[in-house]
Amino acid sequence: MNQNRFCDHRLETKQLTLAYDGVPVVRNLNLGIPTGKITVLVGANGCGKSTLLRGLARLLKPKGGMVYLDGKAIFQLSGKTVAKKLGMLPQSPIAPEGLTVRDLVAMGRYPYQSWLQQWSSEDEQKVKEALDITTMTELADRPLDNLSGGQRQKAWIAMVLAQDTDILLLDEPTTFLDLAHQVDLLDLLYELHQQQGKTIVMILHDLNLACRYGDYLVAIQQGKVYATGTPERVMTEEMVREVFGLECRIVADPVADTPMCIPMGCKVKSDILRH
Amino acid sequence: MLTTEKNSYLRQQRKHLQLFTGLLLAGLILWLSLLASIAWGAADISFKDIYQAFTAFDGSSSHLIIRTVRLPRSLIAMLVGAALAIAGAIMQGLTRNPLASPSILGVNAGAALAVVVGTFILGSNSLSVYAWFAFAGAAISAITVYLLGSIGRGGLTPFNLTIAGAAITAFISSITSAILILSQRTLEEIRFWLAGSVAGRDMNLLWQVLPYICIGLILALALSKQITILSLGEDTARSLGQSTALIKILAAISIILLAGASVAIAGPIGFVGLIVPHIVRFLVGVDYRWILPYCAIFGAIIVLNADLLGRLVVRPTELPVGLVMPLIGAPFFIYLIRWKLHNS
Amino acid sequence: MTKQWLIIRPKVLPISFHCDRRVPRVLSILTLITIVAMVISVGYGEYYISPLDVIKTLLGLQTTNTDYYFVINILRLPRTLVAFLVGVGLAIAGTITQGITRNPLAAPDIIGVNAGAALAAVTLIILLPNTPVSLLPFAAFTGALTVALLIYFLAWREGSSPVRLILVGIGFSLIANALTNLMITFGEINTVSQALVWLTGSVYGRSWSQVLALIPWIVIFGAIALILARELNTLNLGDEVARGLGSPVEWQRGLLLLTSVALAGSSVATAGTVGFVSLMAPHLGRQLVGASHEGLLPVAAMMGGMLVVGADLLGRVMFAPLELPCGIITAAIGAPYFVYLLIKNRQP
Repeated sequence: MNQNRFCDHRLETKQLTLAYDGVPVVRNLNLGIPTGKITVLVGANGCGKSTLLRGLARLLKPKGGMVYLDGKAIFQLSGKTVAKKLGMLPQSPIAPEGLTVRDLVAMGRYPYQSWLQQWSSEDEQKVKEALDITTMTELADRPLDNLSGGQRQKAWIAMVLAQDTDILLLDEPTTFLDLAHQVDLLDLLYELHQQQGKTIVMILHDLNLACRYGDYLVAIQQGKVYATGTPERVMTEEMVREVFGLECRIVADPVADTPMCIPMGCKVKSDILRH
Repeated sequence: MLTTEKNSYLRQQRKHLQLFTGLLLAGLILWLSLLASIAWGAADISFKDIYQAFTAFDGSSSHLIIRTVRLPRSLIAMLVGAALAIAGAIMQGLTRNPLASPSILGVNAGAALAVVVGTFILGSNSLSVYAWFAFAGAAISAITVYLLGSIGRGGLTPFNLTIAGAAITAFISSITSAILILSQRTLEEIRFWLAGSVAGRDMNLLWQVLPYICIGLILALALSKQITILSLGEDTARSLGQSTALIKILAAISIILLAGASVAIAGPIGFVGLIVPHIVRFLVGVDYRWILPYCAIFGAIIVLNADLLGRLVVRPTELPVGLVMPLIGAPFFIYLIRWKLHNS
Repeated sequence: MTKQWLIIRPKVLPISFHCDRRVPRVLSILTLITIVAMVISVGYGEYYISPLDVIKTLLGLQTTNTDYYFVINILRLPRTLVAFLVGVGLAIAGTITQGITRNPLAAPDIIGVNAGAALAAVTLIILLPNTPVSLLPFAAFTGALTVALLIYFLAWREGSSPVRLILVGIGFSLIANALTNLMITFGEINTVSQALVWLTGSVYGRSWSQVLALIPWIVIFGAIALILARELNTLNLGDEVARGLGSPVEWQRGLLLLTSVALAGSSVATAGTVGFVSLMAPHLGRQLVGASHEGLLPVAAMMGGMLVVGADLLGRVMFAPLELPCGIITAAIGAPYFVYLLIKNRQP
């Protein structure tokens, strides 16, 4: 294939089948996550994006096939070994009442700690860095329940950063955020990717932001990969029609020149008819 | 366009017809249960005797048993079952908490304390005096829970109500046990009542509480549509133009009347209010105009049969229905949780 | 960085540890209050002994009255110690259950463990009134463990879920309560009275043998709880996050549940169902030192000990010479506390 730019895969799936309560959601899926890139999973509600992400993060045991991390079957590695290489943030996680940001971020160090080594200088250093890069140092001693949605999400990101992994899996990190905070958060992730070369896999619902921030798009339709590649390759009117069941036009984003999806909808159609 | 509208209308009609048939069927089961409850017990009585007791009363002992013991007892069991199930359904709709039941309003605990205090101070031990104490206690504690629940931030939210109920219940129960520990005489007199039973009640007692239950029932049925809307959430209900505060108050009155009258006549009987609405919702869906009548009949059937079971398993003595209910209800409850949470 | 945390990291040993900065201060204040309450409690009674004499006697110093030794060391001290230990056990058990279920209202009282213990003990008291009292703890513990195992296995369905644990637990406590009520309704009245006292929770007449029997449970499982504090922290973030951090969630939850049952079961076995402590102590602790369990566990434990010692003292003072079981006092304190929570109401 002409995807040499994306040939390096530390995380990949082979014939992966994932199921909930015996009902397969993801079927025989082969997918490689390009290292050092931002990969965005897109697809309609219920297509199996979240399930796939959970499978990649070793949260869900496959019914068939396997997920490989650095060439090893992920379920043959211990939980902590995986957690040192791969951090996962589920969709809208809930923190216990009264927990401060610092407490939360410190918990990201869990995979590095033992009964005797509960707080090494390295732990302290990493937590400090994570707080700094997410600009949460100021708010570190505030309980999470007092923060705004955007700040709270940043605190969770800081926790995953403290985990100090090369790969980050994020399930809709921008849910419940307004547009400004969405962009703010995605900028933060982009910065992380630029500065530290992290591999980021995330699910986004906003196709335009997905094209803007993603190096590599994976369109998923009913548990199968519909298309993969650069936003320019994947984001076609045909893809949006097939995967989302939506008529649209694809134009160039006036700011970033990435593809932009303009939905049609009944209103426009009837207006066109009227004219 | 027109045909689909017509189709959905027909489907609606068919569903209503099904639900109505179901209700009739449940009514038939209730009728059979009533017969069984009158016929069986410490002494079995033939159906012919039952028929004659009402058409050609001759004063024989079996006729007397039927008219003065079994019939009032069975009617009370039915009434209490219906009232508790409806009160529970309203509570669950109102608080949107699937674990809500009249007992979380502190109704049972309040009634128990009032009766214990009454016995402790006045030394009375007549069921009809108990009834008034219980009613008063239930009403006072339910109103207290409501008031406390509205103090918290956000007003009378399900969460506030549940917490207030739990706190008041715990507080009241601790006073009750303090009295029972200090006075063994009270304990001796009251413990059978505390278990919750419909045994030994006569028609007189029934007539005393009947008006309250009737008012409660009518109020509940009148509110059924409003409660369906309220069960979608308070904001939704308000944006649909509902005066939620008024509905909540009316519903509360209905719950207090129903649950208070039940505890007054039969003592604290748990589980009916918790379990019946779940079964009913599973069968008929979310519309309270159907849920409430079904709850009434199912509640009556369940309490009637639980009482019958309590009489039959350890003949010639009997188990109070308040103890039989959780023993058959709780395993079912656990099964329901496993099954239901599995699917969601 | 060090502003908020107390960090212990000796250069020579490969050990490091951190907790909230407020922990040492809070813990020492609580300990002080507890000791004062214990001294007063030991001195108080029909035969009054001044605090100074109590301290002297406890330290083995010479006092004016030779009876003091007997009254304090044999009669009163064990009772107070039992109260303290029971409080510690219940509080830790409550902190654990609240942590693993992520529900601030889930105390062992609610998820049926105590109900199981109570059923077993009440059955013993009422049906076999002649069995020696020393068998009571074993019965109670067996009851607690049985119910806990049943809950865990019935709530298991492709993994255990906190919500299912709570709901199944409520179902079991309803069954156990019904059976207990059955005994109370039909049992012989004197044994019922006795059972009722036990049910409300009381440390009346506890002796050294009970103290010695309880200590190993509290010490061993308390230590396990402290070691597992970190696991509790991660579980508290939700299964997904905990698993993402590499925690073997099911194992840890099972182990923690067992620890909680052991603590609650042994405490309930010794003093009956002293209510509300396992609910209140963790709440209060969280308000004092935050939600991180390394600091919360010891603080909640000391808080629990203080509550029960205080409740026992109050129960004796309030209607003297009548004595109220401490369980009634804790419930009577617990309820207004809940109302306070309600008014303050942090949750919308």
